[in-house]
Amino acid sequence: MLRDITLGQYYQSDSVIHKLDPRVKLVSTILFIISLFVVDHIIGYLIAGLFLAVVIRISKVPFKFMVRGMKSIVVLLLITVIFNLFLTPGEALVTIWKLKITKEGLRIAVKMAIRLVFLIIGSSVMTLTTTPNNLTDGLESIMKPLKIFRVPVHEVAMMMAIALRFIPILLEETDKIMKAQIARGADFESGNLIKKAKSLVPLLVPLFISAFRRANDLAMAMEARCYRGGEHRTKMKPLQYKKRDAAAYTVVVVYLAVCIIGGRILPGLIDINGIFGR
Amino acid sequence: MSIILNHVNYIYDGDTEIPVKALDDVSIKIEDGEFIGLIGHTGSGKSTLVQHLNGLVKPTSGGVYYNGEDIHDGDYDLKTLRSKVGLVFQYPEHQLFEVDVFSDVCFGPKNLGLPKREVELRAFDALRQVGFPEEFFYQSPFELSGGQKRRVAIAGVLAMKPEVLVLDEPTAGLDPKGRDEILEQIKRLREETKITVVLVSHSMEDVAKYVGRIIVMNRGKVMFDDVPKEVFRHYKELEAVGLAAPQVTYIMHALREKGFPVNTQATTIAEAKEEILRVFRT
Amino acid sequence: MGIIQTKKLVFEYIRRDEEGNVEGITRAVDEVDLDVSQGQFIAILGHNGSGKSTLAKHINAILAPTEGTVWVDGMDTQDEEKVWDIRQRAGMVFQNPDNQIIGQVVEEDVGFGPENMGVPTKEIWERVEESLKAVGMYEFRKHSPNKLSGGQKQRVSIAGVIAMHPKCIILDEPTAMLDPNGRKEVIRAVRALNDVEEVTVVLITHYMEEIIYADKVFVMDRGHVEMEGTPREIFSQVEKLKSLRLDVPQVTLLAHELKRNGLNIPDGILTIKELTEALESLK
Repeated sequence: MLRDITLGQYYQSDSVIHKLDPRVKLVSTILFIISLFVVDHIIGYLIAGLFLAVVIRISKVPFKFMVRGMKSIVVLLLITVIFNLFLTPGEALVTIWKLKITKEGLRIAVKMAIRLVFLIIGSSVMTLTTTPNNLTDGLESIMKPLKIFRVPVHEVAMMMAIALRFIPILLEETDKIMKAQIARGADFESGNLIKKAKSLVPLLVPLFISAFRRANDLAMAMEARCYRGGEHRTKMKPLQYKKRDAAAYTVVVVYLAVCIIGGRILPGLIDINGIFGR
Repeated sequence: MSIILNHVNYIYDGDTEIPVKALDDVSIKIEDGEFIGLIGHTGSGKSTLVQHLNGLVKPTSGGVYYNGEDIHDGDYDLKTLRSKVGLVFQYPEHQLFEVDVFSDVCFGPKNLGLPKREVELRAFDALRQVGFPEEFFYQSPFELSGGQKRRVAIAGVLAMKPEVLVLDEPTAGLDPKGRDEILEQIKRLREETKITVVLVSHSMEDVAKYVGRIIVMNRGKVMFDDVPKEVFRHYKELEAVGLAAPQVTYIMHALREKGFPVNTQATTIAEAKEEILRVFRT
Repeated sequence: MGIIQTKKLVFEYIRRDEEGNVEGITRAVDEVDLDVSQGQFIAILGHNGSGKSTLAKHINAILAPTEGTVWVDGMDTQDEEKVWDIRQRAGMVFQNPDNQIIGQVVEEDVGFGPENMGVPTKEIWERVEESLKAVGMYEFRKHSPNKLSGGQKQRVSIAGVIAMHPKCIILDEPTAMLDPNGRKEVIRAVRALNDVEEVTVVLITHYMEEIIYADKVFVMDRGHVEMEGTPREIFSQVEKLKSLRLDVPQVTLLAHELKRNGLNIPDGILTIKELTEALESLK
């Protein structure tokens, strides 16, 4: 039951997107998200959608994996849409009882929905094409300048890597303890909220004890293998920019420019007023 | 009182695209009062099998019957079943959570909704049955030795007064003495209460001394299901699937090959000793 | 001086009750003298709580002695400046395979030690390859450790230590959580390491069948060395072993029982072949 949760799921393939430096993918994802909030016109969304579609195609990751990531935000998406739909003041299109759907509300709701969907799909392209380890390496490298402000960049990256390694182990353990307590008559499902919370004690106490034991063991094992923080360390897989990474940066910058021009500046100049326009 | 598994298949989606067949057409019957050893190596399906016995896992196809009733029938009370078929998981001490030993053992009977007095009576009985010393009843379970923790965990299931006790690798991680103590305790418990016991293990040597019937699992299938002597007769087939008969079996066969007229069916050291001495005395 | 030497090693820890008051002192290791030569295969045997794991952690400088001294390759483990040299020289493999693998890909985990030591990138790759080949896990180098069996995980852990090019390797109950197949795999890998690479091995265990190949066996009880000798010398004392909460392989026990019943069989039988030969000579 708990194994259905997918976290940072990686899809093995040998596409160009997979081979890109993780830093490129991180920066590009951020730029893509920025572009979504900069554009304000249907043309902009069309450009973003087209760009995303092309990237997904190149990545060779089946589209159903992207949709899988959507499941987790369906509720959030619905809430956003409903709130915007009913609570935006303006010219009423339909009135149901005391609630009215306004033209402005519809516009904003659709806009937010598109932004959210693109945002989730965009970031899942990154996580699906980058191994978690590569991702933490990339983050460590990008955050390096923060070292000046005494941010323990290496340690944070190491913590993330360890967390990613132990999440599946702890999920499996949760499953096991849950089953063991059910075998002792525990009931995790029925009852009100307080009863439910109480019923978690027999699950959480053993889980925490186990997590601490594992942490303790791991710390000892790391020390035994000469781990002493980021100093003196070399890398087995150092990050190196290649030609394709430079090309990718160029593509993304061009995309961003096209997006801003097509989705923000141009519509303002010619003043076309479609349904989704300003 | 019996448990019947009728043509049980269990398939789950593994990490790969191909579904894994954890149980493949398994049909077994567990009778009242039996002492069964369920043997197989990691991934043979033995742990999945025992989780079918108390309804924790639902078969993909086939049926599980307790006392003739289908346990996956819509209105069957699974909670009661779980108190009748007590399942002790591997490393059961990892599920202890209460502040003291006694309260932890009370957890099971309390969940059955019994009156407080009855709950405590059962907890007391169960701790006594596993040979847990009374002076440690109110100690934190986390301060006990590995062997003692395991006793507490077994008592936690026994306190529900099950009719069948299923133990998944009850001796894993214990040292030789601790292992013998737990197995002897289970044997004594069985003699006292006539409870049906299913002992899951990957060691033939451990179970050979105790059980009356051995079920060998391999790749989700029942490979052998017979009395120990008959199962060990197939020691070469067992070895081919990565399981070994007790060393005694090998000794007896080696002696036979060298021309000693020994009976190769001896499975314990005591039996082997008698056999060899018999040959030498005649 | 041997690669590992301890002199009158004592380790004590203070037990405290819930309020933090001192309840008493436990002597986990009690005046232990060890001397291990380069290339030896040493087994340390003992029941749970006999002090064998505590002793092992001293060799890797994870624990520091309360009294006495531990030298690894001539270096005192209490010398703070030498700690990292000692840990590189004496690698350690622990009991739980899940709790000592750091990498999410097999090869990255094996590279973890060399990375910490500051080995140049190119050499890390060479070391990872050779170490994985030494334990027969090279074909799994791109796999996630979560998908491996217990025995395979332990072999990866061993490779992770070999990649640091240690002179000796200490294995703290590496097979306690494995099934019989996994146990065999690991012991085979350890023996190969000792035979082929001539790495000194200190194997801590309570499984008797694993120590048959050792050059020397130490049996511990309540913190001190209770027995010391070759496997055969140890196994010839069946009653004593039983009193130390240990058991012996069935063949040894059977031979012992037959001898007690009047058959003239030598002490310390270790294999089936030895037993059949002994019985044949009586015929």
